[in-house]
Amino acid sequence: MMIMWRYLRRGMSTSTRVRALRRSWWDHVTPAPKDPINAVTEAFLADPCPYKINLGVGAYRDDDGKPVVLQCVREAEGKIAATNFLESTCAAISSKLVEESAKLVYGEDSDVIKEGRFAGVQALSGTGACRLFAEFQRRFYPDSRIYMPDPTWSNHHNIWRDAQVPIRTFHYYHPDSKGLNFVALMDDVKNAPNGSFFLLHPCAHNPTGVDPSDEQWQEISSLFKVKNHFPFFDMAYQGFASGDLERDARAIRIFLDDGHLIGCAQSFAKNMALYGHRVGCLSLLCDDKIQAVAIKSQLQQIASTIYGSPPIHGMLAVSKILSDPDIKAIWLKEVKDMATRVQRMRATLKEALEKLGSPLNWQPITNQVGMFCFSGLTPDEVDRLAKEFHVYMTYDGRISMAGVTTKNVDYLASAIHEVTAFDQDGKILHTVCA
Amino acid sequence: MASSLLSLASASPSASLSSHGISKGKLNLGNTSLCFNKEKTNPFIKTKSFGRISMVITSNVSRFEGITMAPPDPILGVSEAFKADNHELKLNLGVGAYRTEELQPYVLNVVKKADKLLLERGENREYLPIEGLAAFNKVTAELLFGADNPVIKQQRVATVQGLSGTGSLRLAAALIERYFPGAKVLISSPTWGNHKNIFNDARVPWSEYRYYDPKTVGLDFEGMIADIKAAPEGSFILLHGCAHNPTGIDPTPEQWGIIADVIQEKNHIPFFDIAYQGFASGSLDTDAASVRMFVARGMEVIAAQSYSKNLGLYAERIGAINVVCSSPDAASRVKSQLKRIARPMYSNPPVHGARIVANVVGDPALFKEWNVEMEMMAGRIKNVRQKLFDSLSSKDKSGKDWSFVLKQIGMFSFTGLNKAQCDNMTNKWHVYMTKDGRISLAGLSLAKCEYLADAIIDSYHNVG
Repeated sequence: MMIMWRYLRRGMSTSTRVRALRRSWWDHVTPAPKDPINAVTEAFLADPCPYKINLGVGAYRDDDGKPVVLQCVREAEGKIAATNFLESTCAAISSKLVEESAKLVYGEDSDVIKEGRFAGVQALSGTGACRLFAEFQRRFYPDSRIYMPDPTWSNHHNIWRDAQVPIRTFHYYHPDSKGLNFVALMDDVKNAPNGSFFLLHPCAHNPTGVDPSDEQWQEISSLFKVKNHFPFFDMAYQGFASGDLERDARAIRIFLDDGHLIGCAQSFAKNMALYGHRVGCLSLLCDDKIQAVAIKSQLQQIASTIYGSPPIHGMLAVSKILSDPDIKAIWLKEVKDMATRVQRMRATLKEALEKLGSPLNWQPITNQVGMFCFSGLTPDEVDRLAKEFHVYMTYDGRISMAGVTTKNVDYLASAIHEVTAFDQDGKILHTVCA
Repeated sequence: MASSLLSLASASPSASLSSHGISKGKLNLGNTSLCFNKEKTNPFIKTKSFGRISMVITSNVSRFEGITMAPPDPILGVSEAFKADNHELKLNLGVGAYRTEELQPYVLNVVKKADKLLLERGENREYLPIEGLAAFNKVTAELLFGADNPVIKQQRVATVQGLSGTGSLRLAAALIERYFPGAKVLISSPTWGNHKNIFNDARVPWSEYRYYDPKTVGLDFEGMIADIKAAPEGSFILLHGCAHNPTGIDPTPEQWGIIADVIQEKNHIPFFDIAYQGFASGSLDTDAASVRMFVARGMEVIAAQSYSKNLGLYAERIGAINVVCSSPDAASRVKSQLKRIARPMYSNPPVHGARIVANVVGDPALFKEWNVEMEMMAGRIKNVRQKLFDSLSSKDKSGKDWSFVLKQIGMFSFTGLNKAQCDNMTNKWHVYMTKDGRISLAGLSLAKCEYLADAIIDSYHNVG
């Protein structure tokens, strides 16, 4: 102990020694609240129950409840030799990826692609793409705000808040109908100041699974034109809504046809099951190629102080998949298969609940689209599901249908049926057989 | 909003309303809208350019009309100029990426092995937790602080995987901005060009401390100490753990001790950027000595790491931010807040690089092999320094002291050449370097040392 004291004392003045030993610089740092989505996974992982179900995070699972590695990804990785990378090679691959990604959004034959009228950069999946845009928005429109649907993915709020862009919400979900509150949505769009920035989910809305129809999208687009609003699309589930990538981009194509110069964040986390590789793209439509180059340079500069350049591994895989016709064909089929399984689970869950005699309306399960179902379950019910039935979901009642399998759907249905046995006033809605 | 549209339309001379025309001929005047043409099927109408028009039309004019090109990156610009040069003797001493004696990029054998292992295992690509791969976080902290370090045993280090050095620095910068609003970061003059950009974008004020002494082509130690002393109490002092970029000039162990004294006296926080652990001396442990000294004194320390150079994982973007705290509770709180910063930046970090590092550093056989490869890479640079010094000394009859080439350490060397002299290097000798006089020895081969010596001697003596 004395030796340690002498060692510590060497080179330190008395006051600083005392200060250094006693005080921490970080006393005023409080524990951060847990991320609501990750907290579900954490709770799930900590649960020893063998028949627990994780319906939290939107990560696709196969019918055995296992994460998948797509065959197209394996093929792509097999073709990618371990090469010696020059830094310039990364840039070339990145450009290829951006070009192919843009084709998915805007259509292979669109004028925008042919004329190079878009600024595109690779981003750290959807989150990174949204954050790049938020920072860009702040830099070039410092007084602007972002309008987000209510509800939206919880991290959207964090992203624009950390980029210091004030947030407003617009009506979206109608809790009574468990569908779209279209009238209120259009009102909010109309009442927003001209030239406002709007965040839109083009398909498979997260968390509700409620998407506008094509006709409704057309009306929204027309109103946006009148109001000169800027539409920013966050497309995280292209392919997961209908199983068809082109179909799922329909909303964006409607806006494109109307002449909007949109922005779009894309993620390959879900539709290529590349979650951990963080591959996505941010594109902004421009007047012309010159402007596209200027905007791209600004986006790259913003990225250069957040992470430098994007990680190459996922970039290589995605680039290969999108540019190799054979591998791309495999991918398209795999996306369809994933979406189809989820759709089948929706139907099966609804059937199971109806078979149990639940008097509640479970139509929304099959009406809603994509990975998520907004079940309408209350926080108390969600709590009970976790504690009593070991079924985990976020407190807003969002169910990740990708976590439902033929093996667990019946158990899930009976768990939901059980916790919804009482309505808000404690009145028994139905009796549950033991 | 109409007025700002007006100013947008007239601000940019290149604003061409014709490029994809005006859709539907709708005129937007604030809240009034007069629709001339409600045809949905009418696509863009191409019109002639109206030039600097002041009529506002709900058009497809981008709202990002006035945005100009960002300034080009000075370092990458060097590589581009090099590529465009067709001269047979051209030499690229710009970017700090390791090259072999044949001036080829080098993928470490341990990385190839780890890559192969991962491919064979065929692991899934599920999301990492926000803080990154646990196995990676463990080994990266151990690599920096030493596996037996009390701070690790006492769980006093908050470690979060970051996107290489840049991403890790940015996380720390955001932490500083949030919890020490108004506190300044002091950066060396000169330092890596992106440091100030990172702090600017994170809205953290910064100022410089003297570092490079052009007279001695060495360290201005007195200036450095004076400037650190003069900074307001509680400043963050950004230090390069080893192999200072761009100068290659590192403090001696004794000097590090005095720097630590002053930082403690002034109640500053030491903030290390360690991008070259292993590349300075060839020994991973030796290169961590400065950080370990500060930690051994019981100081709370921030340390950013990168595996871009020492494992050649530039493209995978793998690094870490470490905050050594005085208690495990503080470390846990700090870690939670770092996660909170990371989530809206990118949600969770990329998995591949983390797995490679975890495999290389965590496997004793691979780790040993890495140490050998590290020694080889650092050794090649040392040899090149020696050869360059020998060439300079033998060719230059002026008696100028070129020993700084040997004293400097790591990938870079500050030659002391001014801008005009650097231009001469490029224009006359086709040697590409950054204008601050920095050369990257990683891009130099033994075979080219004599040529480079000629170029340096000529530029130094014959150009203003």
